[in-house]
Amino acid sequence: MADSRIRIENVSKRFGSVTAVRNASLTVAAGEVVLIIGPSGSGKSTLLRCVNRLETASEGEIFIDDDSVTDPRGNIRAIREEVGMVFQNFNLFPHLTARDNVALSPRKVRGVSKEEAYQRAEALLDRVGLSDKYDSYPAQLSGGQQQRVAIARALAMQPKVMLFDEPTSALDPEMIKEVLDAMLDLAQEGMTMLVVSHEMGFARAAADKVVFMDNGEIIEIGAPDAVFDRPTEERTRKFLAHIL
Amino acid sequence: MAPIEREQGTRITVSDGALIPDQGETSLFSAWRISFYGALALVILLPVLSPDPYRDIIARLPMGILRTFQVTVTSIIIALGIGLITGLGRISRVTVINRIATVYVEVIRGIPLLVQLFYIYFALGRFLSLDRIVSAIAAMSICYGAYMGEIFRAGIQSIPKGQMEAALALGMSRTQALRLVILPQTVRVVLPPVGNEFIALLKDSSLVSIVAVTDLLRAGREYASTTFYYFETYTMVALVYLVITLFFSKIVAIMEERLSHGR
Repeated sequence: MADSRIRIENVSKRFGSVTAVRNASLTVAAGEVVLIIGPSGSGKSTLLRCVNRLETASEGEIFIDDDSVTDPRGNIRAIREEVGMVFQNFNLFPHLTARDNVALSPRKVRGVSKEEAYQRAEALLDRVGLSDKYDSYPAQLSGGQQQRVAIARALAMQPKVMLFDEPTSALDPEMIKEVLDAMLDLAQEGMTMLVVSHEMGFARAAADKVVFMDNGEIIEIGAPDAVFDRPTEERTRKFLAHIL
Repeated sequence: MAPIEREQGTRITVSDGALIPDQGETSLFSAWRISFYGALALVILLPVLSPDPYRDIIARLPMGILRTFQVTVTSIIIALGIGLITGLGRISRVTVINRIATVYVEVIRGIPLLVQLFYIYFALGRFLSLDRIVSAIAAMSICYGAYMGEIFRAGIQSIPKGQMEAALALGMSRTQALRLVILPQTVRVVLPPVGNEFIALLKDSSLVSIVAVTDLLRAGREYASTTFYYFETYTMVALVYLVITLFFSKIVAIMEERLSHGR
């Protein structure tokens, strides 16, 4: 298990009487890209949000390398520094420019000097193709541009793991590709990624594993081609028939 | 699946009336223009056209106006501080802090300002002899601090939940997230209601004349009680209050306009 970056063991999450995630187990090795698919309400985002404890798992354990996320005495902030997250609605800070959005956390959490943080922020914005948008505020950017800033912001903390929560669901169709391209680059550079998304193209191009969830449970795990073309479970087949 | 979220708008309303003029109204004869320039014209013309007694009255008022501003500005600054702490207390997860803040708000909002003023000056005066200006400022600050607390609470809660989540996901503490991400955005949202409170406080500051602080109203009253020009004096006092409050309501409206464009 030495090379498992993310280890999810028998995790359940209940909201009151509703069980959003039921006894889910999943490992993601270093450098692996894993996609979670499933109908809305199947618990995939909740499971993802348990990984950096934006939701606290009701049962089970989650580890990033050997650090426990679920241990209430653990240093969750230290773990979150290592786990970048990209949200469906970008959640950029509207009062800050793109550069400051990216540089804020390195400066305030890591204590990096302003000059160095800005330099790194600009390099990251270059990398996601936004070299001309350093001084733009989120409201001045398109959805696709905002999401690329959000990716740069997460990368600025030099994380070991990146979580993506439906990163393209709030985007207009013509902007999806630019975000997926940035994610593809990241995958090729060997980033460990756990992605909630239905982007089949991205899955086939970059994913090592696809996880199908339904009704809070992990139904099927396999290689993208296997899950998409030859699903073994009836529920997977039904879901794929809906979205293809 | 994300857990069910309550829908959150960014518009908050904490006010007892529309003091701030509608910026959309650009007509030459808007209600604001008629009232402001009408009042201003009377304040200038009355002493010119009828020097006796208006020139005498207007000469008495500047010291009172200064005192009114002193009480208002000092109180609003202290009230903002109290309000910020109270607002943070109201959203605190620590039950004790939360209860203290909530009880403060409930108690203060349930007692009329005039009663609070009497209480601090006369009732507490038995135990601690407070200067009357200090009492006046203390009463206004404590009272308005509770209302400010509600404005800050509503303002903080109007910031989408995703902002806090994004900050936490980046490794910030809750305190850092509040200070660096939530509060800077809150300022923009609370500015109009805070401006409204400032104007309301300016008007309510006339209550301090009852504990013998020589503010604008008291300056007029002292003059009227010796000369018996009640009608003329209070007309002037009312007009001066009107000019001042309408002037500030315009400033608040302009600031609001600027801020909403600067996103």
